[in-house]
Amino acid sequence: MKIVVLVKQVPDTWGARRLNLDTGWLDRGGSEAVIDEIDERALEAALAYQDSNDAEVVALTMGPDSAKDMLRKSLAMGADSAVHILDSRLAGADLAWTARVIAAALTKLGYDLVIAGNESTDGRGGVLPALVAEHLGVPLASYLDSVAITADSIAGERSTELGTMSVRAPLPAVISVTERTAEARFPNFKGILRAKKKPVTVWSLDDLGADAAASPVRSVVLATSERPARSAGTQIVDDGTAGVELAEFLAARHLI
Amino acid sequence: MSNVLVLIETAPDGSVGASAAMLLGAASRLGTPVAVLAAAPGSAAALAESLGSLGAERVYLAETDSVSSLLLTPQVAALAAAFTALEPSAILVANSIDGREAGARLAVRVGAGLLVDAVDVRAEADRIVASHSVFGGSYTVESTVEGGPVVITVRQGAMDGRAEAKVAVVESITLDIDATGSTVIESMRPLPAASDRPDLRGAATVVSGGRGLQSKEKFVLVEQLADALGAAVGASRAAVDAGYVPQTSQVGQTGVTVSPQLYIALGISGAIQHRAGMQTAKTIVAINTDADAPIFEIADFGIVGDVFTVVPQLIDAIGKRSGTS
Ligand SMILES: Cc1cc2nc3c(=O)[nH]c(=O)nc-3n(C[C@H](O)[C@H](O)[C@H](O)COP(=O)(O)OP(=O)(O)OC[C@H]3O[C@@H](n4cnc5c(N)ncnc54)[C@H](O)[C@@H]3O)c2cc1C
Ligand SMILES: Nc1ncnc2c1ncn2[C@@H]1O[C@H](COP(=O)(O)O)[C@@H](O)[C@H]1O
Repeated sequence: MKIVVLVKQVPDTWGARRLNLDTGWLDRGGSEAVIDEIDERALEAALAYQDSNDAEVVALTMGPDSAKDMLRKSLAMGADSAVHILDSRLAGADLAWTARVIAAALTKLGYDLVIAGNESTDGRGGVLPALVAEHLGVPLASYLDSVAITADSIAGERSTELGTMSVRAPLPAVISVTERTAEARFPNFKGILRAKKKPVTVWSLDDLGADAAASPVRSVVLATSERPARSAGTQIVDDGTAGVELAEFLAARHLI
Repeated sequence: MSNVLVLIETAPDGSVGASAAMLLGAASRLGTPVAVLAAAPGSAAALAESLGSLGAERVYLAETDSVSSLLLTPQVAALAAAFTALEPSAILVANSIDGREAGARLAVRVGAGLLVDAVDVRAEADRIVASHSVFGGSYTVESTVEGGPVVITVRQGAMDGRAEAKVAVVESITLDIDATGSTVIESMRPLPAASDRPDLRGAATVVSGGRGLQSKEKFVLVEQLADALGAAVGASRAAVDAGYVPQTSQVGQTGVTVSPQLYIALGISGAIQHRAGMQTAKTIVAINTDADAPIFEIADFGIVGDVFTVVPQLIDAIGKRSGTS
């Protein structure tokens, strides 16, 4: 089985994340770039299957040059190889174009199962897996809280605002996982050493052909503005009357 | 005026989902609101009436058994059929799990553009502009789509405007569904009957609890304060991970984003990922035993104290103020 995991480099959520006010794009100098936590879980779902089954695991990303560090980490965790879609023309690509490019790369690469995170922490689109599945014309089983992979199908629990359902799809398929799935393993020393020898293939837009070209319908950022940061107000230490004082504060603001 | 499609999500019992009123309200400001839905056979008449009362001028309805067995395939097929028939300028879906997926699939299928997680939409000359609140509300971004129609996913609870009631014209459609490319729903467990508390998204007041509540049993304190204030209940990821509350209550980076009039954080440290989901609240109150907890950096009123002594006193004081009740 060939499992391709979609991994994305994002600004660390622990730092201050910034947008460029002129372009509306991510300011990559703003904070440290890391592999998205949710994509580590996606990789873990693939590696857990590989632990006891015959499977090839490929990490795939579309991103700037710096994304290669994150691919190395994916290899150190246990992926067999990596594909990096790298092309300066893709800077600022919208979700629709990103999905076309990733779908074209998946078609070129071949796959039985594609595993993504449910939602990236920077874009928070939560749509890329669906866009990619539709381009590929394969079933999508998204937002899985648990993942059971068999030789010819994928099953799991999916929770929405309405309830929890058990779903199943035949392979090939695209799935996305939530942060309810297993936490990712840490790369060990051996993994880090071996990662250095594993292949990383770099593809440009030209390698992917016409299917990866931008569509004439595109989204455009018109304006970006920054909200003033919040500041602290009153802070008191409870001396036995804080509950009453808080009620007074809320009443003064007409909140009770 | 151009048609604006709205995907209506229905609950397992067939009732209209909570986001319908907001979406139809938003659609009425952009054009002629057309509700599109796939629902179980026999539900048409009741649905049409309630959608009309929420402002739908037309209802495009596909009655099919497959809504309970094929994951979103009927919904996307219904949207695609309505798209072909009505040539809309925009398609609005909720930024819910199902809404996003159906919207994304439709955008690829019909070649429309896609804007996600809008907190506001407006028509401007010949284009539709969406506003987004990015990085926990630190930035506001306005965007549009050039070159074709647009699918917009709208954040639940983000818009207050509602449309005038209409008597909707219903059109029934038959779908041609290909089950082979679809994920199958094997079973469904609805969420336990919703409480009387307001929905977390869009609530005017939210009371959230964190790991400081110590246990599922003790988390009841959060619910008691919420009920005294008529508030919704939220939680930190640590409280969800510890099993105090279901995941649907999680506020933050990877949970729900709220922007209420009042947000009360109980036993929550205020990690940056939690703040990303609530820092645009109008008034923030925090109670925490640790004077250095980062939540205090953004609190309008912070109490260094034990939630198990301060909150009961607060509930008592609220009860006394509301007098007769
Ligand atoms: C990618 C990513 C995404 C994340 N997404 C989210 C998210 O969406 N939402 C989220 O909340 N977190 C999220 N987190 C986790 C976040 O980093 C924190 O771990 C989490 O918010 C901590 O929850 P907490 O404040 O309840 O727990 P803690 O940090 O353990 O804080 C508990 C607090 O309770 C106080 N306390 C203890 N006892 C009492 C008492 N008796 N009375 C009063 N106070 C008391 C303590 O002083 C402490 O400050 C995310 C993390 C990552 C890496
Ligand atoms: N540029 C990218 N390269 C690889 N995978 C991506 C990229 N963007 C998004 N993804 C995948 O799609 C998931 C959801 O992303 P999003 O729709 O942007 O929230 C992520 O968790 C990744 O698995």
